[in-house]
Parts: sequence; C-alpha cells; structure tokens
Amino acid sequence: MVDQKMLNCEQVWREISNYVDGDVDGALRLSMDDHFRTCKRCSSVLAGTRNVVKLYGDERMLEVPAGFGGRLEKRLAKSAAGSGSRWSSWSAWLVPVAALALIVGGVLLTNSLSHGRFVKSYHAEPGNHIPPDLVVVVSDGSKVFHVAGCPFIHDKASERTITAKEAMRDGYVPCTRCLRQYLKTSVTGPPSVDDASAEAEEEREEVVSAASH
Amino acid sequence: MSEPIVAMNNSVQAGGVREQDLISSVQRGQHELFYELVRPYERRVYAAALAILRNEHDAEDAAQEAMLKAFANIRQFRAEARFSTWLIQITVNEALMRRRRERAVPMEGIEDRRDEESEYAPRDFADWREIPSEALERKEVRQRLAEALGTLDRKYREVFVLRDMEHLNIQETAEALGITVASVKTRLLRARLMLRDLLAAGWEQGWFSRLPFEKGNKPW
Repeated sequence: MVDQKMLNCEQVWREISNYVDGDVDGALRLSMDDHFRTCKRCSSVLAGTRNVVKLYGDERMLEVPAGFGGRLEKRLAKSAAGSGSRWSSWSAWLVPVAALALIVGGVLLTNSLSHGRFVKSYHAEPGNHIPPDLVVVVSDGSKVFHVAGCPFIHDKASERTITAKEAMRDGYVPCTRCLRQYLKTSVTGPPSVDDASAEAEEEREEVVSAASH
Repeated sequence: MSEPIVAMNNSVQAGGVREQDLISSVQRGQHELFYELVRPYERRVYAAALAILRNEHDAEDAAQEAMLKAFANIRQFRAEARFSTWLIQITVNEALMRRRRERAVPMEGIEDRRDEESEYAPRDFADWREIPSEALERKEVRQRLAEALGTLDRKYREVFVLRDMEHLNIQETAEALGITVASVKTRLLRARLMLRDLLAAGWEQGWFSRLPFEKGNKPW
C-alpha cells in the first residue's frame, strides 16, 4: 500500500505506468500529481513514458513486408478452394438437407397416419367405422369394395368375398353407393367435390372395364 | 471541439456494423469476403507474430497460418468478443506454438522473476525532448524505434506489443500470453521505462538530431 501523502520517486516510478493508463485511484492520482509538480525527474519520466506509448501505439509503427496482403489473399483463396468443400459442403448443406428430410418425412408420416394404409384411389374416402368383419366383395381391376349385390360391381366374373378389414388392408376403398353410410362425408354433411370426384372416377373405371370386356 | 469526436464515434460504430455484417456473411458461406474482413488487421497480426518470433519470414508464415485458422473457425466466433482481439489471440497462440516447437525455450527461472520484481530506476537525462508523432513519417525513425523495441527482453517485448501496439487491454494481454494480470502490469511498466530510456539515450546520441522537434522539453 502506497503512502499517498509522502510519495517518493521510487513509489512514483512503480505506479507511473498505471497512472498513464488511468488505472490508479483518485487519492493516489492526486498525490502523484503533487509529486510531478515538484519533481523534475519524475515529470520527465512521465513525459517520456507517455511519448513511448503515443509513438509505439501509432498505426504507422506496424509495418508489413511488401506483398504481404497479396500473398495472404492467395493463400486464403487456395484454402477456401480446398478446405471450403470440407466446411461449406458439409456444414452448410447439412442443415438444409436435414430440414428437407424432416419435412418429407413429416408429410409421409402425416399421410400414413391419416390413411392408415396405402389406398388404390386417392379420390375416394377411406371409410369411417366400417365393421372390420363386414363381408364385402372385390373384383379384379377394381379399386372399390362393395356389399354383395351392389349393382356397381364390375367384372362380376372375378369377384371374390373378403372382410372389410382385408379389403382396406389391400388398398380397396368403399363403394360410395352401397357403403355410403360409412363414408366420412356421409357423417359430416353433403357430398364434397372430392366425393363427386370419387364417384366420377369409379364410373370411369366401370366404363373402361366394361369396354375392355 | 466535440464534433470531430462525434464523427469519429459514428465512423467507429459504422465500421463495427460493417464488420459485423462481414462476419455474418462469411459465417453464412460467403468465403470470398473473409479477406475484406481481415485486411484492416494485417499489420496488427503480423506485428504480434513478429514480436514473438523475431524473424520476418517466420512471422509472416505464422500470421498467414493464424488467418487461415481464423477462417476455418469463423463459425465459432461469437460477437461478445472483439473480432480484432480474437484474431490477435489466435495469432499469439500460433506464434507461441511455433516458438515452442522450433526451439525449446526454458521456463522462466528464478533469476527472470527476480529481475522482473526488482525496482527499475529510470535514467536521469540532462537533455530530453519529446519525439513528435509526425516523426514517424520517416522510415529512419520507425527503424530506430523498432530497433529499440528489439533490444527488450522477450517477456517485456511481448507484453508491450500486445498492450501498447495491439491495444489489447490488460486482461486480454494476460489471457493471450497465459500470465497473470499482475505480471502484465509489472512487465509493461518495465518495458515502457526501458524504452523511454533507450529513446532518450538515442536523442543524446543524435538518433533523432535532424527531426523537427517541438518546443524543447527540458525538465531541468
């Protein structure tokens, strides 16, 4: 601890660097100010120290060899060409690729959950609370399953009887005519555009099937 | 009087914003902007390497290597630190690593610490004058100052360069060199006083005799 009232030159020299940096407390600064006013040697040391800090702190004291910047730029460019692939190709692309994968995965998962299985016709509705043990009829070349006796069964020669559960597992969708009571639209309200599309598709299939026979 | 200061502050702030934009762009993959980002610090990076390695060729190589490391790790830079300080610290680490690798430097012995802790009495000069900043326009003066700096012991030179030439603060200097804050202060004091003595002696020897000095500063 410096006795601030009676500073000698040695004590001033010890603190002079902190003094120049403004890193002394107020009382010590006042004591040193008093000392500098009366001590020519210490005031010379202070002025010289400040001169050193000012001169060496000048930007002009920092010189680089001729061509330094050009050589650095070339080396950086070379490095970017080489290690850039390591850095940008992996790190920079990894995030968007992962995000894309998540989005695609999310869409597929959502689709899978909403339908529960793949369906042969995306225009038709998958049905709603169809009794799994309900006996239904399917036929070759059709995407639709029906109740027995439905007038819209085409290719009756190939028809076979399975359960509704098996039919839905195999991707068949319920007939919008004979199984209308099990369609979602029948619960929520009047037939939608999609519903109409399903019927149209079904009729188109029947026409095509009839023409082929 | 305050207008230039305000203008300077605005300029510094604008520079800081511009620098932050550049950093963000490089971090996002615009690698070609990296050189623009580091170009203002070329001198400081080179000077830091030279202060430690004392060889121009080695210093340039270390400085360039430090820039490459900064480039490779730019995504790790966080805005809470000054970019210049981050860059200088990488440079100091690179230079210190090279020095350790190329020549085994013995740990500082007891004698070194005694030297550091002992009192230093600045010389008493009968005739001393302040060297004005304008004198730095002359290569000869810069050369003299560089020579004086080169005569300092390594531990004093490194602290002085980082603190007074690179303008790191005391804490940053301590962290860069891996020494205590107290050691930085002690070494900085010694370095400044020794340089003051060297320059004053140079004045007596006529180093700066042809310089247009300001009004004489003869304390006694």
